[in-house]
Amino acid sequence: MKLPSFDYAAPSTLQEAVSLLGAHAGSALAIAGGQSLLPMLAYRLVAPSLLIDLRRVPGLDAISVTDEGVCLGSKVRWCDVESDARLRTAHPLLAQAVTHVGHSSIRNRGTVGGSLAHADPAAELPGIALTCDAQIAVAGALCPRTIRAEDFFLGPMTTALASDELIVELRFPAWPAARRWAFEELARQRGAFAIAGLALYYDLRDAAAANVHIGVFGAGPRPQRITQAEAALNGRVIDEQAIAAAARTASATVEAIDDVNASAAYRRSLVGTLLERALTRAAQG
Amino acid sequence: MRTTLHVNGKLVEVDVEPRLTLADCLRHELRLTGTHVGCEHGVCGACTIIVDGQAVRSCLVLAVQADGASIQTVEGLAGGDALGPLQTAFRRHHGLQCGFCTPGMLMTAHALLQAEPEASEARIREVLSGNLCRCTGYVGIVKALLDARSAYARPHTREAR
Ligand SMILES: Cc1cc2nc3c(=O)[nH]c(=O)nc-3n(C[C@H](O)[C@H](O)[C@H](O)COP(=O)(O)OP(=O)(O)OC[C@H]3O[C@@H](n4cnc5c(N)ncnc54)[C@H](O)[C@@H]3O)c2cc1C
Ligand code: FES
Ligand code: FES
Repeated sequence: MKLPSFDYAAPSTLQEAVSLLGAHAGSALAIAGGQSLLPMLAYRLVAPSLLIDLRRVPGLDAISVTDEGVCLGSKVRWCDVESDARLRTAHPLLAQAVTHVGHSSIRNRGTVGGSLAHADPAAELPGIALTCDAQIAVAGALCPRTIRAEDFFLGPMTTALASDELIVELRFPAWPAARRWAFEELARQRGAFAIAGLALYYDLRDAAAANVHIGVFGAGPRPQRITQAEAALNGRVIDEQAIAAAARTASATVEAIDDVNASAAYRRSLVGTLLERALTRAAQG
Repeated sequence: MRTTLHVNGKLVEVDVEPRLTLADCLRHELRLTGTHVGCEHGVCGACTIIVDGQAVRSCLVLAVQADGASIQTVEGLAGGDALGPLQTAFRRHHGLQCGFCTPGMLMTAHALLQAEPEASEARIREVLSGNLCRCTGYVGIVKALLDARSAYARPHTREAR
């Protein structure tokens, strides 16, 4: 369908963008890559009075890698993450996950900030942000604030972002070089949204797993951590028994939804399988 | 809203509503109907064009967002009436039947082979996975790209062979 009509502004500073949002609170929307917003407009799921294009706003497109970790500006595109060779060691889990987002022509425009704000339950980046204890820096009319990923994603397409706030950057804690990790996802075809996906990492302490983090996206209404399986694995050697037990726990405790792609029962079973594959892969190093 | 575009090497100015997609701007304002529109929400790839060197879906870009951009459409692939090397390869390998998906396939392929003239078959299949074709079964399209690669080889890579 053709898009509903709206006004359009392309401010040249973050300050200006934020005050425009504030002045039209509730009826204006930011637009970054447009790869989620334009379909939403075409389906008339949103009808903003004003679109505020971030394309001229400077300072939001940097990828920084420091001892503190990895920072992605909100306008960093999927293709920028893919082509940044530093990330393959500075954050291999993130680099791997992004290759699963849509198709190359979508990755040429879609952005980090757009994906976080859109908060599709099956999107990869929100899942990775939650798994990795990432923080989301936002700017608004009041003072800037930082929101933990676990407090940010509230439900399908629903976040803790206020209507007059913009995402500025996504910050990941540092990634130790020896860390074990894996990423698994099942989608109906390449580039499609995941029926369920799973990301995990742990560090090795005397041959046992420590600091286990397991995140799942696509299975439930928002990305989720599988905390009982994490707890069961902490302090254990990742062997066949540990993997099988963790997979059972994950299937039993994951929050799963029914939709056109799969039943909740299928998703629960799938999450167990994905965890089994991921742990096996991670254990191989 | 006044918007300036560089389309296939020509500077054009249009006055468009913000809600007009770049696909519709090309087709209805500039009469460049080579760009096809299938789904209008980003899933089919028929509307793929090249913006500032990268393949993008023109139904997922507003014309006003493209102000100042360099755009290449399928009309820019041929030299006058003579088909370009990629189009010739599509013809040779039966890379099209009804032709609806073809402009999007060609522009996706052109962007890929310009950036990666030695793309492997696996890489070609991965990139083409974003473009739907209901006729050909894709085999001819993949063959056409494999064949067209030599026309995109950079001078030094040609010498190396
Ligand atoms: C065919 C298709 C397949 C796809 N497959 C996948 C997939 O497999 N996995 C996946 O994760 N995604 C997928 N996507 C979505 C894609 O990754 C989007 O690019 C992404 O979700 C949104 O990024 P964007 O920059 O395009 O945001 P936009 O579409 O511009 O905006 C999306 C939302 O975010 C808001 N917004 C944008 N930037 C900011 C900001 N800085 N601060 C606050 N709010 C902001 C907008 O107001 C809007 O509500 C797919 C899209 C298509 C069309
Ligand atoms: S018409 Fe643009 S992707 Fe289908
Ligand atoms: S040739 Fe008919 S859709 Fe591809």
